[in-house]
Parts: sequence; structure tokens; C-alpha cells
Amino acid sequence: MGQPAVNRAAISPVPVSPVPASPVPVPLLSAQGISRSFGPVQVLFDLDFDLVAGQVHALIGENGAGKSTTMKILAGYQPPSAGQLLLRGQPVAFGSSRQAEDAGVVMIHQEFNLAQQLTVEENIFLGHEIKRGPFLDKAAMQAESRRLLDGLNCTIDPRARVADISVPNRQMVEIAKALHRKAQVLIMDEPTAVLTERETDILLDLIDRLRTAGTAILYTSHKLNEIARIADRVTVLRDGHRVLTTDAKGLTEDQMAEAMVGRELSNLFPAKTPPGAQTVLEVVNLHVPGLVQDASFTLRRGEVLGFAGLVGSGRTELMEGIVGLRRTTGQVRVMGKPLKPGSVLAAREAGLVYLTEDRKEKGLLLGKNLRENLTLLALDRFTNIRIDTAAEEAALTHAIAEFDIRAGDRTMTAGKMSGGNQQKLLLAKTMLAGPDIVIIDEPTRGIDIGTKQQIYGFIRHLAASGKSVIVVSSELPEVIGLAGRVIVMASGRIAGEVTGADVTEGRIVRLAMGMSDKKAEAT
Amino acid sequence: MTDTSPASAAVAPRGGLNFHVLGPLLALIALVLLGAWLNSNFLSYGNVTNVLARSAFIGIIAVGMTFVITAGGIDLSVGSMAAFVAGLMIIVMNLLIPTMGIGWPLILFGMAVALAAGFLAGWLNGFLIAKIRIEAFIVTLGTMGIYRSLVTWLADGGTLSLNSELRSLYRPVYYSGFLGVTWPIIVFALVAICGELAMRHTAFGRHCAALGANEQVARYSAVKVDQVRMATYTLLGMLVGLATIMYVPRLGSASAATGVLWELEAIAAVIIGGTALKGGYGRVWGTVIGVLILSLIDNILNLASIVSPYLNGTIQGVIVILAVVLQREKKAAD
Repeated sequence: MGQPAVNRAAISPVPVSPVPASPVPVPLLSAQGISRSFGPVQVLFDLDFDLVAGQVHALIGENGAGKSTTMKILAGYQPPSAGQLLLRGQPVAFGSSRQAEDAGVVMIHQEFNLAQQLTVEENIFLGHEIKRGPFLDKAAMQAESRRLLDGLNCTIDPRARVADISVPNRQMVEIAKALHRKAQVLIMDEPTAVLTERETDILLDLIDRLRTAGTAILYTSHKLNEIARIADRVTVLRDGHRVLTTDAKGLTEDQMAEAMVGRELSNLFPAKTPPGAQTVLEVVNLHVPGLVQDASFTLRRGEVLGFAGLVGSGRTELMEGIVGLRRTTGQVRVMGKPLKPGSVLAAREAGLVYLTEDRKEKGLLLGKNLRENLTLLALDRFTNIRIDTAAEEAALTHAIAEFDIRAGDRTMTAGKMSGGNQQKLLLAKTMLAGPDIVIIDEPTRGIDIGTKQQIYGFIRHLAASGKSVIVVSSELPEVIGLAGRVIVMASGRIAGEVTGADVTEGRIVRLAMGMSDKKAEAT
Repeated sequence: MTDTSPASAAVAPRGGLNFHVLGPLLALIALVLLGAWLNSNFLSYGNVTNVLARSAFIGIIAVGMTFVITAGGIDLSVGSMAAFVAGLMIIVMNLLIPTMGIGWPLILFGMAVALAAGFLAGWLNGFLIAKIRIEAFIVTLGTMGIYRSLVTWLADGGTLSLNSELRSLYRPVYYSGFLGVTWPIIVFALVAICGELAMRHTAFGRHCAALGANEQVARYSAVKVDQVRMATYTLLGMLVGLATIMYVPRLGSASAATGVLWELEAIAAVIIGGTALKGGYGRVWGTVIGVLILSLIDNILNLASIVSPYLNGTIQGVIVILAVVLQREKKAAD
């Protein structure tokens, strides 16, 4: 992270008296006693919440605590069932998100609202195009886009199609779009969920600059270290109730986590067990054209192997190559037998399965019910010409119990479940195929700390029961906490491997960044 | 997004769903009552048999189309394909009269030719779409033109007629039946029942729906995406062949005008039946109802002289659009 944050930290504690923050700053946007019910279900209870100019107010809580509902109410997507919003002290009722935007309140969604086929510039100006007569003034819009993106230290070309740019850059485009809408209140729904640590640094620097410029920011994240770093104030929600609002200074991550969960969290990561001797997976000189070069590694029975590296380093692509989702050259051997390349089915039959990082687009059929999702990968186990629906239902009952899937109603569609429950369903679906080797890509992306702990426990349990697990993750504490051995990738190659006591953030980051000179320069 | 999940489940309307499931069935019942009220002959054995037998061609094709659309595809070529297969079948049968003589062996051989031609034509569509990865709309728009022009060329712009002796031997396949139910109706019913079972109770049907809902998820779930997609088009091609087998004995001829707009009627029937046009969800029994609704409208307009039968297309068009609007409202309610 760059200079500004360090300076802030150094300056703010020193001048005690002239600080303008504490003597009742008028909030730009505040919620007073807002509640929200959906039918008979109340999800938000009598919440007070203030957003002050030049402050980052973090809103944290487990999945289902009411964060999204709060944000949607503040940004005009939903009206509150009771209570009111005040904009600069005046009562206001947003009829739509458009009205909120016009008043300077802009929300950036976790799932980006960008038109994939349009260019960056077209997206930034969508609905607010600059015209000269009846025609679009492309030059003016491009120049303005350039200016906005430069302000974000973002070098992408305004003429690039959104579909062609990276996920972090899309996040930057969303922010540029919000800035162009003259956002005074910026509501960010887990902006770093899809970013690597380095990209997160850039984003947090940016938030810092927006704060200095007087923007009021609502920030949500499941990553508590970010909250500790960026937030001025923190509000913790649990089950729709506000349990805590306090200055961020002096609040430790442990205290935040305990306030969210409502109980003391014992060690997040269960104890590691030593792997067995037998090699179950051998990858030899595997190439995924254009993405991964010459990857070789082995995996032993009962081992949890971590894969770290920046997003774009080829981790996911390597795993997809191994299980047959991508064209590859080289060899993969499972239990000593060569695996037929390019066939997910052959991999599954050999006992090797891959759990995707993208549960919404690649993992689950959001419009289908739990049962059909659960059995899709292992459908042949339930089929003897005819699908045995009763056996499927029994498998679902079993999965709900084993993986603690909390679905209000077992006939609901997967898309209506919370992220954590979707991840558990995806895990259940993958395990139903009865694999010996499980590759889990980003096991806890965008899910709350309680569910994370459950998933970590589950991964450990798998290893203890003799299965082998590969954990691919951008969250270093996760890789370090779970894996006994970590392979680090950089620029499509395996940059190195650390084991035992060498598994530290420092070693991994150095491997991920330092091996390639080009990468080192870029950072 | 996550926080609203228990809530949105709670607000999902329970009563609305039934209407969307039963809507087409209610519409069909209403049409039957209307028909019976307008014309006393409507429910006579002759009229019912006539309506059902005429529905059979489109119906058999529409069952196959249900799988194609459920898997996220479309096939515009089925009408032309039927005409081409019919023309080919007639030519081959006529040519083989000197060698095989006029008899059932030749007719059975002709049927085999029709099934094989349908299979190949469907397989070709599937291959171009799934393996060469060309848009289904473009591929089948292309083959639609190709088959239509081929049958015109085969008939030299006129009509291909089956040898009249052979035709009288073959005629019962359309006109007679078993226990008073004619063969096209029996075949249509069997196809519909098998289709319904395949869609709801086999891995193939589940895979079609998964593929149409999200191809990526299907791929990541070890579904052989390309094979399933090819299978839907090949199945449809074979059903076109089967429909042709029932169609040729009716008139004993094929021309450039054979099967015109069948593709649109088949697609319309599928959509009216509640299958999602974008794929991901399909129901064969709905398609059967859709076919019957379209046939009944035609029949009622012909029997009752309130509205000109020439307006048949207008009414069918309105119904198709209405069906899609209802589908969208269902989505909004979800």
C-alpha cells in the first residue's frame, strides 16, 4: 500500500483539538430507525446508520445479516418498511435507484452492472451520453473517460470492450461510472471480493483518496483486515439488528468477528494432519496453450496442497486443464494411470473433481431447485434409464444434514440461497460424485466467517479421511492455514514451492511477485 | 443480494405458479367448449379424428423441437427438411419399383430411407452447431433454404408423385388404424409419451435443461455438452423423418409447397406449451397441448363461419405472443 494511508495514520492521532470529526458532523445520508420486511419475514430491525462526508463507514456482518438490504434501501433500490432516510438532514424518499443517483447516492454492486459488449467509455456514459446535436460526442466522452480512469490510476483504454478487460479493471470502470455520476455517497458492496491483494491495495488507496476528497463511503467486505485498514467507523449487523457502531480505531479484527458471529471464534483453521505416502496425482509438463507453461507437481493421499499466486497467474487455468475443461498437452496421471485429456467425465470417473471459483456462472444452475443441482454431476448414479427421484431426494436430505445447508424450503431455486449456502450446495454436489481428489478453487469467496470456518473444517476432514485436496485461493491466510505445502504460480508457470515452516506470507508473496522481473517492475 | 434470500422465497406467489402450469390446458379446454358450442359436429368422431391426425405431423416434429429449444437451440429447417425427405422418399421408392416390385418390402424400405435421411439431416445441423460452433439460427436458416431448393429441384418445379399402385397400398398408413384410432394419432401419442418420459425422467432430458439453463455449468458438471446438443438435433431430424412417413401416404406427393411454415407452427406449439424460448426448461405435454390448440383454432374457424379462416394466422400469432408475455410475467413473479 502506498503513502497516503501511512500519512493519515501518522497525522490523525497527533492534533487532538482541531479535528473537525467528532463535534457532530452533519451526515450526508442517514437512516433513522429503518426496518424492512419481506412478507412475514422481517430482515432489518430499527437500524440507525450515518454516512458522513470524508468518512469510510464499514458495514459488516455474516451473510444474511441484513447488509445488502441496508445498502439497497440507502441506494433507493428498495423502500424501507418503516423509518426514514435523511439526505443532508432533510427527509427524502428515493422512488428508484435513478433518483438516488441523481441525488448523488451511487451503489456499486458486487455483481457488476456493466454491458459486456459495450466499450468502457460507452458503459461510463450509459444513459448520460454527451451529445452534439443528435449525434454522440465520442471524442468528449473518451476524453472524460480517460480523465476519470487516470484519476483511478487505471491505464485501460476507454475504447476497450468490457468483456475483454480483467475483473479488477471492471471494478475500476464501475467506480469511474460512479464518479462521473458525481457520487457524494458511494456504497460499495464487497468491492474486493474478486480482487487479489495487490489489486485490493490499489482500490483501498483509491478509497482513501475519495475520502480525502470528501466522499462519504459505505464499505462492506468479509475481509476484516481491510476493514481495520480503511474504515473510520464500523457498524456490525447480526440477524438484522445493529449490534455495534463504533470508531474503527482500537477495534481489533477478533472483536469484529466476535461481534458478527455473537460467540467467541476458536481457531479458524483446524489442526493439520500429515499426508500419507502414496502419490495419487501426478501432473507432468502440462501446458495450457497461452495460459500455463510446463507445470509439474504431485499430490499425495490425505494431503492438502495449496496453490497461491496472483489472479491471472494461471492457477485456475491449470486446474481446469488438469480436469479436462481446457485443451492441454502434457500428462496427468491419477493413481498412476494416465488420464484421458479433455474430458471432465473421464476425470470424474477417475475420482478427480474440480469445484469452480465461479459458483454462479459455472457451478450452479441458479434457476433450478436444490435437488437437480445436487445430482447434476453424479446423475448417472441415480439413473437406470429412468432417474430415481426418490433417491435424489434422499441424497438431498443427507447433503442438507452433512453440509449444514440452510435453505428455507427444499424446493427453492439455488439462485435464491445466500452465497454461503450456495457454496455448501456446490460442495455437496461435488462430493456426491465420490471423488478421491478434490480441487477447490476459491473455497470461501464472498462468504461469511462462520461458514468459512465450517468449510475449512470440512476440507480438513476430507484430508483426514484419506482424500486429497488442492486448495486454490487468493487469500493467503486461507492457503497458509489449510495447506501443509504450497505451490506458487506466477505468469503461467510454477514459480516455486514452500513446505512446513517455510509456508509464510512473505515467502509466498516473494515467489508470486519476485520471480518475474516484469511483474516486479509493474508493482 | 444474499440478504434478501429468505425474504424473496417468502414472497414468491404460490397460487400464480399453478396458473402458469395449467394455463395452456385451461385454454385448450376453453377451445373445446367453444367449438362444441359453435358447431354440433365439432365433437363428432370424424372431426376429432381429422383434427388429431392433422396435428400429428406438426406434433411429432414439435416434440423433437421441445428438446432442441429446451437445450437452448432452435431449428428453422424442419419444414423444408420434411419436404425434402418426402421428395427423396418418393423418388427412391419410384426408382426401386422395377427391382423390388410393388409391395410392403418397398414401402418399408422407403420408410427406412425417410428415417435415415431425417437422421442425417438432423445430424448435419447438430454437427455444424455443436462442433463447428455456428449459431443455430444461422445454420438452420441455411439448411432451410438448401432443403427447400433441393426439393424444388428434385421436382423440377412441379410435384413428385408416388406411383399410384404403390400409393394405394401405402394409403392405410394414414387413413386406417387400430380400434378406430388412425395410425398417425397412435404414432403421435407414442412419440409424445416417450418424449415426456425422456424429458422428465431421464438423464438426457435433465442434461438438455441444464445445457439450456447454463452451458458453462453443464460443462463443469461433466455433461457432454456437444454430444447432448447434437443428439437434440439428430432426434428432431429423425422425428421429421417419422412425420414424413405418416405424411406421404396422405397425398402421395411432395412439392416445393410441402411443409411450408411447419417450423413456425412447431416452434409456436412449443412456446405455447410453456417451454422457455431461451432454453433451460421444457415440457413435452405442454407442447402437445400447444399443437392441439393451434389445430383447434384452425378447425373452429373452418367449422364456424364467424371469423374468416384466412385470419387463422393472425389468431395463432396473437396467441404465441400472448404465451410469451405470460412466460415473462412468470419470470417477473419469480
